Amino acid sequence: MNMNRRQFFKVCSAGLTGSSIAVMGFSPTAALAEVRTFKLARATETRNICPYCSVSCGVLIYSTGDKSKNSQSEIIHIEGDPDNPVNRGTLCPKGAGLRDMIQSKDRLKWPEVREAGSSEWKRISWNEALDRIAKHMKADRDANFIAQNADGLTVNRWPTMGALVSSASSNEAGYLTVKTLRGLGVTALDTQARI
Amino acid sequence: MALQSLDIKQRSATTTPSTQVRQTVEIAKLIDVSACIGCKACQVACSEWNDIRDEVGNCHGVYDNPMDLSAKSWTVMRYTEVEQNNKLEWLIRKDGCMHCADPGCLKACPAPGAIIQYANGIVDFHQENCIGCGYCVTGCPFNVPRISKEDSKAYKCSLCSDRVAVNQAPACVKSCPTGAIQFGSKEDMKDYAAKRVADLKERGYDQAGLYDPQGVGGTHVMYVLHHADKPDLYAGLPANPSISPLVSLWKGFAKPLATLALAGVALGSLFHYVTKGPNEVSKEIEDEIEREDALANKEEAK
Repeated sequence: MNMNRRQFFKVCSAGLTGSSIAVMGFSPTAALAEVRTFKLARATETRNICPYCSVSCGVLIYSTGDKSKNSQSEIIHIEGDPDNPVNRGTLCPKGAGLRDMIQSKDRLKWPEVREAGSSEWKRISWNEALDRIAKHMKADRDANFIAQNADGLTVNRWPTMGALVSSASSNEAGYLTVKTLRGLGVTALDTQARI
Repeated sequence: MALQSLDIKQRSATTTPSTQVRQTVEIAKLIDVSACIGCKACQVACSEWNDIRDEVGNCHGVYDNPMDLSAKSWTVMRYTEVEQNNKLEWLIRKDGCMHCADPGCLKACPAPGAIIQYANGIVDFHQENCIGCGYCVTGCPFNVPRISKEDSKAYKCSLCSDRVAVNQAPACVKSCPTGAIQFGSKEDMKDYAAKRVADLKERGYDQAGLYDPQGVGGTHVMYVLHHADKPDLYAGLPANPSISPLVSLWKGFAKPLATLALAGVALGSLFHYVTKGPNEVSKEIEDEIEREDALANKEEAK
């Protein structure tokens, strides 16, 4: 583009005037703005119970996708369940940060065993873990079970075994837990709800 | 038809008028300091909803954690131990943006559309339009906005404008286990506060009251204080907050003056052009210059 001295000055001064006027607030910008899009729109909402303490607050877990065959879900947000009578939508700081616990790198996601004398934790399968626990329980019960006390009264106690059960269980799960453990003779039965 | 979900009341550095016909419910958040147990559920819920995670800090021997607001901590609890009337009082205040009716940040902001005040009262930062100048920090009477070191943009509490736009309470309000944070129309919040203040007065806090400072036109985050006569007890909550005189000087005095000066120069140039006309060069001078140029070119050619 060819430009003589005079045209160059004209273009420069026009540019300077224009930008100065814009800086002084005369630029005709439209008064528009939009808020951040609501991030839970069309997310899958799943009800659950907070795993931390015995209060057992209701939580709503929001995840991506609609559970269709080819889409993998990812938890994007967790907040209180307003329909749960325990917390009516509120949460404590631990519960409010539940998503970070679920997605924590340090979270234990499978059974591990540290063999006697070893300093290493080894990953084992759930079947293996349940079998080992059952075997330990059987061996301990066979060794320490008290069928009758000193007076010859039938007591059926298993005094060397204790059970601490979840507070987030339903009535049905709680009933079955007590029936099973009392049936085995466990006397030291407690629930996290007392902690 | 509206082009946005919330009507706009004010937009920074914008002269185009906003829509004013539709009526919106004015909302408010009420923080009842006397019911707060300082659990920080609101802080966590805020980080969770807004997808911000501040760096893990160090313990400073006090409950405050983090110690101050940052671009990644939009609300913090401030704990103050006050001894008065032979009594130790532990005052806990949730600090964050007050969403002033007359926002100093918006007034000071030179970037068009970086700060928006919605008709419902929310003052929101739009980082896309932020130029990182930091004038909002100077303009704020409550020292709330923080400039991020990562992207040099200003951040603060949005009162969860995205939640409020779809009729949900802000994340902090929803989480609060003791009900110390309430949310609703500003009118309802004032009514609720009146009940709380009456209750506190009955319990011996004669100076209990509502903090809704008129120096900034009232706020959309209000406090119920047991010592409303001494708000500075609560980690330096200003008693009579107002926009810095520097902002008023710049936006209210210097800017119109500069505009006037600019207009004067433009008008003066026009008059000069009309009365004196363009700067004519006579034929004789032009010929002389051309002769000189030709001479100079010849010399250069040699």
